[in-house]
Amino acid sequence: MEALLLSRWQFAITTTYHFLFVPITLGLSIFVALLETCYVRTKRPAWKETCRKLVRFFGTIFLINFSMGVVTGIVQEFHFGMNWSEYSRFMGDIFGAPLALEALTAFFLESTFLGIWVFGWDKLSEKLHCACIWLVAIGSNISAFWILVANSFMQHPVGYAIENGRAVMTDFFALLTNHYVLGEYSHALFAGISTGGFVVLAISAWKVLHDEASRYAFTQTLKAGAIYMAIGLLGVMGSGHMHTQYLAEANPMKLSSMEALWETEDPAPFAIMADINMEKNRNDCELAVPGVFSFMLYNKPEGEVKGINALQKEYQAKYGPGDYRPDVPALFWSFRIMVAAGGFMLMLAFAIALLAKMDRVMAFPLLLKALPFLLPLPFLANSAGWFIAEAGRQPWIVVGLQKTADAVSPNLTAGSVWLTMIGFTALYLLLAIAALYIALRHIRTTSIPVEGRDS
Amino acid sequence: MMELNLIWFVLIVVLFTGFFLLEGFDYGVGILLPFMSPHDSERSQVLRTIAPVWDGNEVWMITAGGALFAAFPHVYATMFSTFYLALFLMLVALILRGVAFELRGRHESPCWRHFWEGAICFGSAVPAFLWGVAVTNLIQGLPINEKMIYLGGFFDLLTPYTIIGGLTFFFVFTFHGAAFLTQRLASHGLTLRARTLAAKAGALAIIAFVFCLLLTFLNTDLFQSALGGLCLLAAGAAFIVGYLRLFQGHSRLAFVLSSLAIAATTVGFFAGLFPRLMVSSLDPAWSLTIVNAASTHYTLSIMTIAAACLVPVVLIYQGWTYWIFRQRISPNDCNDTH
Repeated sequence: MEALLLSRWQFAITTTYHFLFVPITLGLSIFVALLETCYVRTKRPAWKETCRKLVRFFGTIFLINFSMGVVTGIVQEFHFGMNWSEYSRFMGDIFGAPLALEALTAFFLESTFLGIWVFGWDKLSEKLHCACIWLVAIGSNISAFWILVANSFMQHPVGYAIENGRAVMTDFFALLTNHYVLGEYSHALFAGISTGGFVVLAISAWKVLHDEASRYAFTQTLKAGAIYMAIGLLGVMGSGHMHTQYLAEANPMKLSSMEALWETEDPAPFAIMADINMEKNRNDCELAVPGVFSFMLYNKPEGEVKGINALQKEYQAKYGPGDYRPDVPALFWSFRIMVAAGGFMLMLAFAIALLAKMDRVMAFPLLLKALPFLLPLPFLANSAGWFIAEAGRQPWIVVGLQKTADAVSPNLTAGSVWLTMIGFTALYLLLAIAALYIALRHIRTTSIPVEGRDS
Repeated sequence: MMELNLIWFVLIVVLFTGFFLLEGFDYGVGILLPFMSPHDSERSQVLRTIAPVWDGNEVWMITAGGALFAAFPHVYATMFSTFYLALFLMLVALILRGVAFELRGRHESPCWRHFWEGAICFGSAVPAFLWGVAVTNLIQGLPINEKMIYLGGFFDLLTPYTIIGGLTFFFVFTFHGAAFLTQRLASHGLTLRARTLAAKAGALAIIAFVFCLLLTFLNTDLFQSALGGLCLLAAGAAFIVGYLRLFQGHSRLAFVLSSLAIAATTVGFFAGLFPRLMVSSLDPAWSLTIVNAASTHYTLSIMTIAAACLVPVVLIYQGWTYWIFRQRISPNDCNDTH
């Protein structure tokens, strides 16, 4: 029992840490590729030179981040077999395929072409070199697609049958076209663009304020980063909205827990704040706006939404006795943190894009000063989002098919998980410090002065 | 139905062969790094020989793991939970190594560089050794029960035979890396140094290999497979010839022969295992085979189509990388730290 709890903690720690780097990779790879495309296409010599330096500048940030993402990703691949061997047995017929395809279609692509990109500046033509970073960006995003295909099955199984107590694949294309994949993938991709955009924004703001010689170059990336981030956030909200509506059908327990809706209601209210009581299956008090939850789901202020208590009864009838409620308060507040952080970031992005368009950024130094300190926001939102997705399917590891408690490796001792958990955490802390130190040093010391402006 | 299981067994062997062959020399280069030169600029040249390719090489391991999961999920589940602490050690090593490649060159302080070079050396040595321990454990057999669950602990994995297995992989990869360096460096001094180190590592590798062969003969049933036995003997012969050739100035031939030796060793061990993938020491009937550990026919078919389309493409573009970076590394190559 202890090994189970510790394994869950270990997975939560390592996967959350891994997902600090993944969205930067997704978003920043596309951003750097766009920058290099500008470099290749522009006819203005001075701007071309600036572009090249900017590509290298943000390329370095990307590389440091990428290496952290890669090494922490290997841990995740091994984890399923090490700590969750019963899960791997039960699900291997379905879950292994996307992982193997991820390696074959994405990992080879990104690692090979990144090597060429880094060391091939003077060995390839400009266009071919630019194509390499696009392949890296495409590879990273393909990788995200496959892993979310795998994750979507755990949230909403499709295209399978149960044979001899194991889940087996019966329709590969049903796995790929699982509606859940569309929601998760678009949401993750746009979250990556928003996170990458915010990283560009925070760095550019600092450079604009503290490095006068580089001001021109980083004013450009400030503008570009703000627009990029705004696009990402609009996408995040659109895909989030679509996915929430889909949850009503695919995963109602997660949805109602996210909103702490205990009783079935029509129209269902949206609680802004609630004092949730898990023991009595109700909110002791709440501040709610009538009809809004129904509106979120059906685009009109009416429509029935099933409550947690009704769903709990339904699941007990279907799956036997047991507690099928996830941790409602944690889900409820995670959702609010995610949405609040996203909304605030969108306002920021619009404000900066507008100011940059009017050449008025320098008139608000306080805003620029604040940006680097607000950089944790996208990471907070990303982690909260994943927390909702993963904690929201508990007690299941694969919804309706296998419980998390049945998935852990039977020969695992608490002692060894303690050892590995402490080991990974300590190592991850050390590496975070080293990588952050080098990235900050690079930002501080690399200047991009403009020699002669194009007319 | 059985054909697909067989195809996937072969594909797993191909993936592990590719992994040991390619990552073998970059583990070797990593192990030798601190011993190649007292000068920072020269060690930068050594690292530069593998810098553009090591990550792509490591993907062979990731793919082998993913392919095991997809084709033989029970093997993946049993193997990874069996080697729990060993894999933890390997992960720590690989994490340090991967980040070290990225961070080492980004600061000028000698202390900083020494630390990350140490990490690269450690991060290459530990997996090289552990893979040898793992492979010999697979063929020797492990206490696996009827539910495919390993009953031993971490220290049961370390027997004299498996430690010799680990040392064999360690020294063979070190020699392989040294032979690779003689091909890839422009500096005459460094090439000579690589050859000197190859002499030492190669001698130790031969001793370890001979012991390993002997213990394999005594401890396992590998030699009951004609192909397995032949491959291992051929591997030993190729390695010794390559070792001798290196000192007659045929360093390219030496590298080709050590590659062959590694490929033949991998094929030999898997041929000895066939049709098993993990051997149970408790009861032969409880061993994991290409039949009882496999995915369904449907999943194997999907994966076979995917692999048939994708593997050739990967081979082409990875081959292209080696073509782009075919020139020997000279001191000028390391002036700009990307």
